[in-house]
Amino acid sequence: MAFGFGKRVAKPEQRVSAGELNNRFDRRTFFIGAVQGGIGLLLAGRMTYLAVAQNEKYELASESNRVDLTLIPPRRGWILDRDGVPLASNRADFRVDLIPDRIVDVDQTLQVLGDVLALTPAGITDLRDKIESTSGFRPVEVATGVDWEQFAALSVRLPDLPGVVPQRGFSRYYPTGPAVGHLLGYVGTVSAEEYEEEPEPLLITPGFKIGKDGVEKYFEHTLRGEPGARRAEVTASGKIVRDLDMREDVQGDPVQLTIDGPLQDYAARRLGPESGSVVVMDLKNGDILAASSMPSFDPNSFSDGIGRIEWKMLSEDDHVPLRNKVLSGLYPPGSTVKPFVSLAFLEGGLDPEESVVCNGGLRVGNRVFRCWNRRGHGRTNMAKGIYQSCDVYFYYFAQRIGMERIANMARRLGLGYQYPLPVASQSYGTVPDPEWKLKKYDKEWQAFDTVNATIGQGYMLVNPLQQAVMTSRIASGLRIQPRLLLENAPRPAPSLNLPEEHLQVVRQAMRDVVNGPGTAGRARLPIDGIELAGKTGTAQVVSLAYGRGGRDVPWKYRDHGHFICFAPADKPRYACAVAIEHGAGSSSAYPVARDVMTFLFDANKALEVLHNYEKEWGGTAQERLSRKYAAYEQAYGGAAPKPEQGEIQDAVEEGRRPAPSPSPVDAAGAPRPPEGDAPDPGVDGAAGDGDTPDTGTTD
Amino acid sequence: MARASVPAFIAREPWGVILPLTVLVLFGAAVLYSAAGGNLWPWSLLHVVRFGVFLTMAFVISRFSMDFIKAIAVPVYILLVLLLMAVEAMGFVGGGSQRWLNLGFMTLQPSELMKPGIVLILARLYDLLPGGHVQNFKSLLPPAVLIGLPVGLVLLQPDLGTSLAIMFGAVVVMFLAGLPMAWFISVGVAGMAAIPALFFFALHPYQQKRVLTFLDPESDPLGAGYHITQSQIAIGSGGFFGKGFGNGTQSHLNYLPEPHTDFVFATMAEEWGMAGGFFVIFVFGLLLRWGLKVAIAAPDRFSRLLAAGMTATIFFYTAVNLMMVMGLAPVVGIPLPFMSHGGSSMMTIMICVGLIMAVNRWSQRRVSNFD
Repeated sequence: MAFGFGKRVAKPEQRVSAGELNNRFDRRTFFIGAVQGGIGLLLAGRMTYLAVAQNEKYELASESNRVDLTLIPPRRGWILDRDGVPLASNRADFRVDLIPDRIVDVDQTLQVLGDVLALTPAGITDLRDKIESTSGFRPVEVATGVDWEQFAALSVRLPDLPGVVPQRGFSRYYPTGPAVGHLLGYVGTVSAEEYEEEPEPLLITPGFKIGKDGVEKYFEHTLRGEPGARRAEVTASGKIVRDLDMREDVQGDPVQLTIDGPLQDYAARRLGPESGSVVVMDLKNGDILAASSMPSFDPNSFSDGIGRIEWKMLSEDDHVPLRNKVLSGLYPPGSTVKPFVSLAFLEGGLDPEESVVCNGGLRVGNRVFRCWNRRGHGRTNMAKGIYQSCDVYFYYFAQRIGMERIANMARRLGLGYQYPLPVASQSYGTVPDPEWKLKKYDKEWQAFDTVNATIGQGYMLVNPLQQAVMTSRIASGLRIQPRLLLENAPRPAPSLNLPEEHLQVVRQAMRDVVNGPGTAGRARLPIDGIELAGKTGTAQVVSLAYGRGGRDVPWKYRDHGHFICFAPADKPRYACAVAIEHGAGSSSAYPVARDVMTFLFDANKALEVLHNYEKEWGGTAQERLSRKYAAYEQAYGGAAPKPEQGEIQDAVEEGRRPAPSPSPVDAAGAPRPPEGDAPDPGVDGAAGDGDTPDTGTTD
Repeated sequence: MARASVPAFIAREPWGVILPLTVLVLFGAAVLYSAAGGNLWPWSLLHVVRFGVFLTMAFVISRFSMDFIKAIAVPVYILLVLLLMAVEAMGFVGGGSQRWLNLGFMTLQPSELMKPGIVLILARLYDLLPGGHVQNFKSLLPPAVLIGLPVGLVLLQPDLGTSLAIMFGAVVVMFLAGLPMAWFISVGVAGMAAIPALFFFALHPYQQKRVLTFLDPESDPLGAGYHITQSQIAIGSGGFFGKGFGNGTQSHLNYLPEPHTDFVFATMAEEWGMAGGFFVIFVFGLLLRWGLKVAIAAPDRFSRLLAAGMTATIFFYTAVNLMMVMGLAPVVGIPLPFMSHGGSSMMTIMICVGLIMAVNRWSQRRVSNFD
């Protein structure tokens, strides 16, 4: 090295001459110059490396900085009723989303959003929950339907609010709200699992919603459409400088259902505060005209996510508002089985005029089975057995005809099956027979099992849709399949191959249930010339140890109320099934069926009735729901407990699955609840209630 | 040559450096014009005006006699230390760090002036110190105090970049003054060994973060590594000839932080490409080469150390800034001379240039006296 090391020079003597220092200065200056030159070369090399070798990479990075590709969520296809009226449409509105990953100061952002958008404390708490539970770039919806002033005020403050995305968009709108909640489902922002399953950028675009349940979920790909896109030049803070180009979205295809929108809404509203369901079918080709299940949720408010207050409301409601009772409810059908049991009897060769004397009970083997009418029906033939719903008649002849034949008839009429419908799930129900019992419980079929089955108790379980299908098959004599999608070509239903005279016996008896000396005289249609034919059903849910299933016991121990019917009685056109959970007997069900059927023939008359009821109940279902929400919000504000991770998802899934099978009730072995609007016989003979041995309970 | 047609006192000025510098400043003004979105205001015009003022100042400084410069070395140093203390005291009273004094008509950053100040006082010290004492260990004490005082005060502000610049100027002067090589080597080795300790105990958390992100900028591209990443994107996306004047998207769309001060080189490189970058590096090369040539040609110890020390100070600014914007050094707030917008730093640099010009004059006078 040219420059001197001090030590080596210094060794001979401590003193250094001025000349030596000058030399040293020159050498060291040269060294410094060399270092400077070296660094200059290093910088030039680095410059070349960045600008030439890495040019492509950085050009791409710069371009992806500059150009912001925004997907425009496609407008969702409409869901139409049979007349082309939308059950679900889209509303153009201003909306605000948040991208949690881009937020710098959560507290400050939430505060500004709260101020500008006038959010409630509960709303802010929900928003905070959503931000905490969202990962990556999945957006969180802040508000839809924002008005122009708020939208403008927020847009002005955008540079200080990274992560906030206000935009024009469309939000899903369900005009009849809760009436279609279970049927159509709802839409919502994409969950982590859904994104994992389908990792498309569209799914995490702010404003995009995916079908979460019901028709919305089943027809997701039909309804979704093609996203549009906008390429824009943006600043670092996300402000758009100018639009580069733009592609319009393609709206999703519509889905047209067989549902009659007004009827669906009417049926839902007519259920009132009860927990129940109504199914109406058109016998012409099996169209499902209404499938209402209440209480429900408002899909309009579900679509912006389920907040703490909504969650509290839902989870505290013992009427299971998340379950679609039409498809997933499972009930012992009670006496509504009697028409098809009668058909089985007829097929088994029983003369419909052959009769038995009912004294209020029947001894089978060593046990006494009670009729619901403790004083007895006297001499009872098949017609009377149906319209008076005499249990003894069925206990007696069921012994002769046998369970096999009854079970076969049940299956022939559609019980115990799932139907080919575009829905997420249906329950099968249970049509019990000896073979089934042996397989399931490893026990022999007993006489009292037959007895229970003939009155729709014990192991027998159905869902309301199956009841409607069964009714439509009895009414038409055809093997009708339910149809929900209008574009599916109706297939002519094959005959059930049941003798017309058999069917006539049963239909006539069902007509007399309403229009004759039957159990549902008050179900008569208020329309001249159109008669309703039906059958009541009261199903016990617990054995009588809990008390009688009337209105004086706690709600969950009350009997279920059923009513199946068709009209007009002479030329059947519509079939209907109503099930009211814990309605304390069939008298809760048939007024609903009557009014729904009335609506089909004279809508104004039916609406008049409904308006009177709604005055009493305090408004339509939607109004009551929002009032309830307001009350909860008042009571809890932002302090409602936070739903556990995945709890909501689980509850929604749970609501979609069939209800847990209720444990079989040995109803025949105990005093029976009164049927229809006949007086409660128990009032007279109350003293004798307790001594009936509660034997042979099957579980 | 055109010597005959120009007066001698003008012809004697180092135009070979001043002209390229002026071009560089005008180039800087063009970049600032573009960075302001095609506006002379607020940066570009002021930049040129300041250069005019400070160039005049540099010419004035270059007229000072060596005796005068030697005479003011100590008073200037004392004044600057007092000003640093005043800044510290005001920051203490006002709460929070403060680096400048508001004199009413301008803000004065004493730590900036200390960069040439320390070179001046050390050059004076080694000028006075008898040659033999250079080797003496005891003679390290005065420079240690002279350096330690301002560096400590600046570190208190806290301003790591400026204190490093002050130390760099000082160490280069001591190196050239002929102190034993072994001392530098051992201090260098000790310094290397002490780096981990310094990192964990002496640096503020934000400074530690800057160092860490420098080592791995990709680890946090939206957070602390943002500056480095965006700066490299700007430089790299420019290619050979850049995106064209006024077309830089990184700077215009605000992706590049501080496009008019610390990262002005990135702003320039995006629009002018590698060609622009090489031009800037070339002009700085000319300036530094001239500075060292003046130092070697200088007539005595004081002027040699002075010129070389000033050159080193300019070099430090330039090298650290360019290394930072190209991702070769951590982010430290040091502007690029002649291009970054900012009065204090330009004044400092022009004082350095003025003093080198003065040394240049002194040696010319000596030569002409011999004639």
